[in-house]
Amino acid sequence: MHHERRGPGFWVLSVFFVLFVLFLYGPLSTIFILSFQGPNGGLTFPMNGTSLRWFENLLFEQQAVGDFGGAFLRSFILGIMCMITTMVVSLLAGLAFRRRFLGAGPLFYLTIASLIVPSILISLGIGLAFQVFGLEPAWYSSAFGAQLTWTLPFGLLIMFAVFNRFNPAYEEAARDLGATPWQTFAHVVLPIILPSLIGVGLFGFTLSYDEFARTLMTSGSFNTLPLEIYGMTTNVTTPVLYALGTVTTVFSMAIIVIALISIAVLRKRRARRIAG
Amino acid sequence: MTLSRLAPYLQAGPLTAILFAFLVLPIATIVMVSFWDYDSIQIFPAFVFTNYEETITSPVTWNTYINTLKYTVIVWAITLLVGFWVAYYLAFHIRSATTQMVLFLVCTIPFLTSNIIRMISWIPFLGRNGLLNQSMMSMGLIDTPLEFLLFSDFAVVLAMVHLYTLFMVTPIFNTLMRIDRSLIEAARDAGANAWQILINVIIPLAKPGIAIGSIFVVTLVMGDFITVRFMSGGQSASVGLMMANQIALLQYPAAAANAVILLIIVLLLVGGILRIVNIRKEL
Repeated sequence: MHHERRGPGFWVLSVFFVLFVLFLYGPLSTIFILSFQGPNGGLTFPMNGTSLRWFENLLFEQQAVGDFGGAFLRSFILGIMCMITTMVVSLLAGLAFRRRFLGAGPLFYLTIASLIVPSILISLGIGLAFQVFGLEPAWYSSAFGAQLTWTLPFGLLIMFAVFNRFNPAYEEAARDLGATPWQTFAHVVLPIILPSLIGVGLFGFTLSYDEFARTLMTSGSFNTLPLEIYGMTTNVTTPVLYALGTVTTVFSMAIIVIALISIAVLRKRRARRIAG
Repeated sequence: MTLSRLAPYLQAGPLTAILFAFLVLPIATIVMVSFWDYDSIQIFPAFVFTNYEETITSPVTWNTYINTLKYTVIVWAITLLVGFWVAYYLAFHIRSATTQMVLFLVCTIPFLTSNIIRMISWIPFLGRNGLLNQSMMSMGLIDTPLEFLLFSDFAVVLAMVHLYTLFMVTPIFNTLMRIDRSLIEAARDAGANAWQILINVIIPLAKPGIAIGSIFVVTLVMGDFITVRFMSGGQSASVGLMMANQIALLQYPAAAANAVILLIIVLLLVGGILRIVNIRKEL
C-alpha cells in the first residue's frame, strides 16, 4: 500500500462516482417520497401534504384493478421455490464441475446460453412448448421453469468463483482422518461455502421475485407481482402505484440486508472459531 | 468406485434436465413453429417459409432491427464508458478493502430490485410536470417544459443505461481487481505516466471483463421490449416489442420466425465479441 497524495484524477472520479450513485438511487428516492403524498396529491411533485393514505389504500382497500395480496403471495412462494432450487442445483452442478466428466463443456456453454438468450425468446418458447404439448401454463410450472433459466446461471457462476478459491487440502485432511465422502461434504465443504451459498440463495430469490420478461408469457392466468405492477401502470393514476413500488422495494432491500447480515455473522463466527 | 465415477453425472443431472426442459426444448419449439402456418384464430403444423419471407421482405422489420441496433450501440457505448470508470475508481482509487466492498454493494444492490419499479421511478423525475422540468423552469433555463424527456428515445436510452450499467461494472471490476499491482508499479518505474499506464497496461488486461459486460449489455438491449414499450410510451419500436405485439395478436409463427432471426443476430454479435477478446481464461 502506497500512501502518496491524491491526484486530481481521484477527485474527478470521486465526483463521477457520487453522480453515478445519485443516478442509481435518485429516481427510486423520488417515488419513495411521493408515496407519502397527501390524499389529494398527484403523481408528480409538488407534495400536497403528507399522509399514509396511499399505503392504507394499497394494503386495506379493494383495488379497482388487480389483486396485490394474491400477486405478492404468488411471487413470494415462487421466489422461495427458485431460491431453494437454485441453491441445490447450483451447488450440485458446482461440485460436478470440480471433476472431469463427459459433456462438461457443452453443459457449461448451455448454461451461459441460458443467460444470453433474450428473455422474450424463453418466454415465447416455453409458452409455445406448453401449448404444443397441451399443458396449461401456470406460475408454479412454466413461469417457475422460465425463471430458473435466469437464476441458475448466476448461481452456477457464483459456485465457480467459490470452488476456484476453495483449497482442496481441507478435504484431503478430512479424508486422511477417515471421514466418508458424505462426512467430508457435510462437516468440511458445506460449512466453508455456506456464506457463498446464502449469496446464491439471495440471487435465486430476488431475481425471481423481480423477474418480468420471462414470466410475462408463462405465468398463465394468475399474475406475479411485477406483472401486477406493470398492469397497474396502465390503469392506475394515483400515488398508490408509488406506495406499491415503495413496499416491494423495501421488501427486496430487507431480504438483501438479512442475507448480508447472515453472511457477515457466519464469517465472524468462523473467524472467532479459528482464532479461539 | 463406480459410484464416485458416476457422481459428477448425478450432480450435473438436475441442471442438465432443467436446461433441457426450459431452454433447449422451448427453442426447438420456436424453430419448429416458425415453419408453421396460421390464420386469425389458430396455428397449425405445416412446413412453410412464408413467416420468414414476410419478416425479411417487410421494410418495417428492417427499420425495427436498425432501430434496435441503434439502441444497442448507444447503450453499449455509454454503459461501457460509465461502467469502466466506476469500476476503475473502485478498483484503483479506493484503498480500504472494506470501503471497496461496501461501495461495490451500493453499486450492485439496485440489480436485485425490480426493473419495472426502477422504470416507473423516472416518471416523477422526467415527466412534463416532473422534477427536472420544474427545477429547470424555476432556474429560468427554459420557459416551457421539455416534452422529449419522457416517452422518447432519450428516455429509453436513459432507462436502459440506468438498468444495465451494473452488468458492465461487475465484470470489469472483477478483472481490474485481478490485475497484478506490480505490473502498474513496473510501468510507473519505467517512466509511464497515468495515461500510458491506462492505455498500455490496464485496458488490455481489462479486456475480458469488458467483453463479458458487453455481451450482457448487447444481449439485454437486443432482446428488450419492456423498457422500449414503457419509456417510449409506445412510440418507438424494437425487435422484442415487435415480437410481443405479434404474440398479443396470436401470430405465433410470425413471432417465432422473428425470434429465430433475433437469436441468430444475437449469437453473431456474441461470436464477434468472443473473436475479438478471448474470455476463456476468465471463466
